[in-house]
Amino acid sequence: MTAVMATGLAPAPTTVAGEVTQVRVVRAEWTKLRALRSTWWCGLSAVVLIVGLGAAIAGSGTPYHVSAGNSAATGVSAALLGVLFAQLVVGVVGVLTFSGEYGTGMIRATLAVVPSRLPVLWAKVIVLAGLVLPVTLLCAVVDFFTATAIESSRGGSAIALTDPGVLRTVVGSSLYLTVVVIIGLALGALLRKTAAGLSVFAAVFFVVPIVVGALPHTITGFAPYLPSNAGGVLWGNPLTTAHALSPWAGFAVLCGYAVVLTGLAAWRLRRRDA
Amino acid sequence: MIEIDGLTKRYGDKTAVDRLSFVVEPGVVTGFLGPNGAGKSTTMRMIAGLDRPTSGTVRVNGKHYPGAAAPMSELGILLDARSVHPGLSARNNLLALARTAGIGRRRVDEVIDLAGLAEVAGTRAGGFSLGMGQRLGVAAALLGQPQTVVLDEPVNGLDPDGVRWIRLLLKSLAAEGRTVFVSSHLMSEMAQTATRLVVLGRGRLISETSVEDFTSHAAAGGVLVRTPETARLGQVLAAPGVTVINDGTDLLRVSGTTAEQIGTAAWRAHLPVYELTPTHASLEEAFMQVTQDSIEYHAGATR
Repeated sequence: MTAVMATGLAPAPTTVAGEVTQVRVVRAEWTKLRALRSTWWCGLSAVVLIVGLGAAIAGSGTPYHVSAGNSAATGVSAALLGVLFAQLVVGVVGVLTFSGEYGTGMIRATLAVVPSRLPVLWAKVIVLAGLVLPVTLLCAVVDFFTATAIESSRGGSAIALTDPGVLRTVVGSSLYLTVVVIIGLALGALLRKTAAGLSVFAAVFFVVPIVVGALPHTITGFAPYLPSNAGGVLWGNPLTTAHALSPWAGFAVLCGYAVVLTGLAAWRLRRRDA
Repeated sequence: MIEIDGLTKRYGDKTAVDRLSFVVEPGVVTGFLGPNGAGKSTTMRMIAGLDRPTSGTVRVNGKHYPGAAAPMSELGILLDARSVHPGLSARNNLLALARTAGIGRRRVDEVIDLAGLAEVAGTRAGGFSLGMGQRLGVAAALLGQPQTVVLDEPVNGLDPDGVRWIRLLLKSLAAEGRTVFVSSHLMSEMAQTATRLVVLGRGRLISETSVEDFTSHAAAGGVLVRTPETARLGQVLAAPGVTVINDGTDLLRVSGTTAEQIGTAAWRAHLPVYELTPTHASLEEAFMQVTQDSIEYHAGATR
């Protein structure tokens, strides 16, 4: 015991370290995510992009009138335009959550204390989804109420959450961003480099859909199955024109991408040297 | 205890660690020596399960480490000073690791104090000097009070105060019955801290021995003889395997024989001897001698 005191170690005869459990690893990952400034900046910009842009759109141009060709849901989708930009922010957070650890070398400390490795990946999925889902849902709901209030005050149609497709659009935008953050995370884990992860993410969610949209329709039959288009049906992404999938089928395709990429990330995390 | 058996690691066609087998016992400080590129860090990464061996096995406290239920109680490891997140404070870096094993804030604050980081605990680790980064890494390694502690170059970048701290820390960890395995390129530091030595060259085991044996078996040791009759004593001592060097003063440096034999020979030849001092090679000299053939990158090499 005297030797123990001499080094300043706790005067406990045995170790203080308990077993690694999934819950404990989730708490560890939450500790990191919460303490990083980038998390707060990204969260703040998502709020500004979704709510701020929605209010700006509602307050400008001709007031939106619901008619046979312009559904209430489409009007809400237009007010959710900020989701297009928020997905980039969310994707960056996802990629950085893994690539940031590889870039700084912290991954070695992380995996040395959780040598079975996979709990780290699941924990990151859980904390990111657990953060993005409520935050973006709140943004979407606030955006809906502010945008519709501004629209109706300017003489546009009054749109309610109970109108056909409106609730699905509002909740769907949040579900979409939640799956996007997991895709970003999986890309970060697979590619390990921040630059590579962000480039691939931006290519898949911005460049490819725009390029494909400009190509003749005869050769772009796959366009509805691109992640941003498939998932975009759920919340009425204004850039998504090829609506070959139903909203929930499209969302299932998006989830399929996330599952496959996360599976590959798990396989790589298990197999490769850290 | 760390048991390494037939451990091999290849990266492409380059063999970093080659059929390495040795045991690190608890209760003493074991030094891990070798020139740069000898495979020390690769071996340590394989001990922590970060790199997968091409073949062979590593057991930590008798177990396969990646399968350990409570890893932080088994092994604490310092790999390099930059295994921290620069955007997190020292305290949050430690807390994130502690959480995985259900270790509380109190223990985190204890290791912060122990490592002398109390004043900078809330500062982002990105601004830390090499020495402070090392202290943070050592704090992380001790967090779980592990049975086995593995430290890669812990004194790197530390000031004399820090070096003394590490030296005392390693000894007291060993005195508590823990296994302490520490690499260093500072041979003199190892001589003061370690009891056992594992010497590596080009990925292969060169020697597994005690510091004492390692130094005394190295041939660089010899006997200093002060005599006014340098030439005559040199003739008397001449024998196969014995080297006598005289630098022009009244000093002879004799190797390949013992002080007893020199004293007896001088007495038989009626030659006066004023001083007879056995000298030990420093660990540094012994190390250079043993690893000479295995140093991969000779300074000024032309190949």
